Amino acid sequence: MISLIFSRLAQGIVTLFVLVTLTFFLVRAMPGSPYVEEKAIPAHALQRMKEYTGMDQALPVQYFRYLKNLVVHQDLGDLIKKDGVKVSEIIAESFPVSLALGVLSIGIALIIGLPAGIIAAVRKNTVVDYSCLAAAMAGICLPSFVIGPLLAVSAGLGLKSLNVAGWSSPADWVLPAFTLGLINAAYLARLARGGMLDVLSQDYIRTARAKGVSESRIVIRHALRGGLIPAVAFIGPAFAGMISGSFVIETIFQVPGMGQHFVNAATDREFFLIQGLVLFYGFLIVAANLLADLAQIALNPRLRSHS
Amino acid sequence: MEQGSSLWKDAWHRLAHNRAALVSLGVLIVILLLCFIGPLLPFVKSPTLIQLGNASAAPSASHWFGTDQLGRDLFARVLYGGQVSLLVGLVATAVAVLIGVVYGAVAGYAGGKVDDLMMRFVDILFALPFLVLVILFALVVDAPAAQFTEWVILKSGFARDRVAPITTLIPLFIAIGAIGWLTIARIVRAQVMAVKRQEFVEAAVSLGLGRARILFRHILPNVIGPIIIYTTLAVPGIMLLESVLSFLGLGVKPPNSSWGILIKEGADRMEINGFLLFFPSVFFASTLFALNFLGDGLRDALDPKSAKD
Repeated sequence: MISLIFSRLAQGIVTLFVLVTLTFFLVRAMPGSPYVEEKAIPAHALQRMKEYTGMDQALPVQYFRYLKNLVVHQDLGDLIKKDGVKVSEIIAESFPVSLALGVLSIGIALIIGLPAGIIAAVRKNTVVDYSCLAAAMAGICLPSFVIGPLLAVSAGLGLKSLNVAGWSSPADWVLPAFTLGLINAAYLARLARGGMLDVLSQDYIRTARAKGVSESRIVIRHALRGGLIPAVAFIGPAFAGMISGSFVIETIFQVPGMGQHFVNAATDREFFLIQGLVLFYGFLIVAANLLADLAQIALNPRLRSHS
Repeated sequence: MEQGSSLWKDAWHRLAHNRAALVSLGVLIVILLLCFIGPLLPFVKSPTLIQLGNASAAPSASHWFGTDQLGRDLFARVLYGGQVSLLVGLVATAVAVLIGVVYGAVAGYAGGKVDDLMMRFVDILFALPFLVLVILFALVVDAPAAQFTEWVILKSGFARDRVAPITTLIPLFIAIGAIGWLTIARIVRAQVMAVKRQEFVEAAVSLGLGRARILFRHILPNVIGPIIIYTTLAVPGIMLLESVLSFLGLGVKPPNSSWGILIKEGADRMEINGFLLFFPSVFFASTLFALNFLGDGLRDALDPKSAKD
């Protein structure tokens, strides 16, 4: 098991290296440059500015300098357009917002998605099952930028105290967290239902039934552990995705998180900010995958004996 | 002699008994016909004709879905937008599936160190932030695609408004296709590994057939079921991705429009004119619903063992 964890760690480091390299060259291959202002910048001033950020050097030189700063000094660089602002400061400022949104959403997704999936599996092919499935399918098929405004309007009509934009008081958190949470609840419910159906049709469940174990005990004590494995495998990456990939939600509800910074950085060509944010996302995903693997090992004894 | 029942015949038989999948198939055919044949009908208006005197009108006999804030006919816009959304969904999926099938088949058939190396590469790409890379990639291929548009116009002599709607979508095809092939590669590899140990492959090897011929003529046709299933299930995911990119202003760009763009515009003015959000959303969601149900139905029909219940 220790060796499994080590090999996953090594793979994670390789992944991050590939990500840094890929992002660096993708970003530099983009048309346009960060040095575009409404007024043309004089040539000598432009030269100065490029010297200042090191962008006058050849691309490989820049790449190795970036890697060196990253590994040796843990430095992600500065913003190009805002003097003296570090990329790490932007991340430090926006990450807590995205994290809070992610934690709230995953909580909502778990509270709604898991019970819905489990109940649907237990009541297979009944009205309860079909309505859970239909609701889940709606959550998967409707884009978040439809669900978001619909929730906003229905909440705006009913609950005047909820705000539809901003992120300053807890009342601002409800709508974005619910939008993101409901979408992920849909995926969770489908995975939980599939996993539970798989387990409930296995021989050891039949044995338990034959022994006269009550149905609720079968579900809770015998089936849940195995049946939730697919859902657990989904939670890790989904959590990382919620923190990093909630561009749309953050745009709709004007949440000042990392997603908004990323979209703006990509259109402004803030090279170091794009690179820093992507690396940070990658780190979150690698870490979340590692945790998900560990959780799966804990839930599934077969994985433990294999390593 | 008694006729054996083929896989496809069995599968069709099972599919014909799945009501949800059949209804979905019907819905898809209707939507495809509407979007691709509909605009040719005389009563469908121009999607770009601006009539400010008739802006934000409610649905009526002359404008079935009403008009938008510039007086453009929403019914026509939904049909033309559907062409773009469906085209992106189908072509980008085709690109992804093509790359994934070849890559996965080669890895699975080669086995050993080659397979190890190729799949480790897939593992690494799999752990990267997908949406982020698609966004960066779309920005990178934007300028070459614009040049390509000019080149096509110059060489072919077609008018710009006939060339541009298609060529400006190329960045999306490439960006989504280049990054979306990972899952299918994994699926195909696993299937090829299972099939290549069967006797008929051994027979082909002993007949002295070349490796490429064995792989593409003898093994791949036996893997076609999972490929079809996955392709059907991938299209809605990719259409959703297109809508997200368009929402962020990085996908389909005006004057082109797609369901994603129409939905975004509708969401922006939903309190003024709810129809602008309602009609595109209904078309978009029913297409995605139908594709998902059809994919699930195909899975049950082509691969009965994996049927969930």
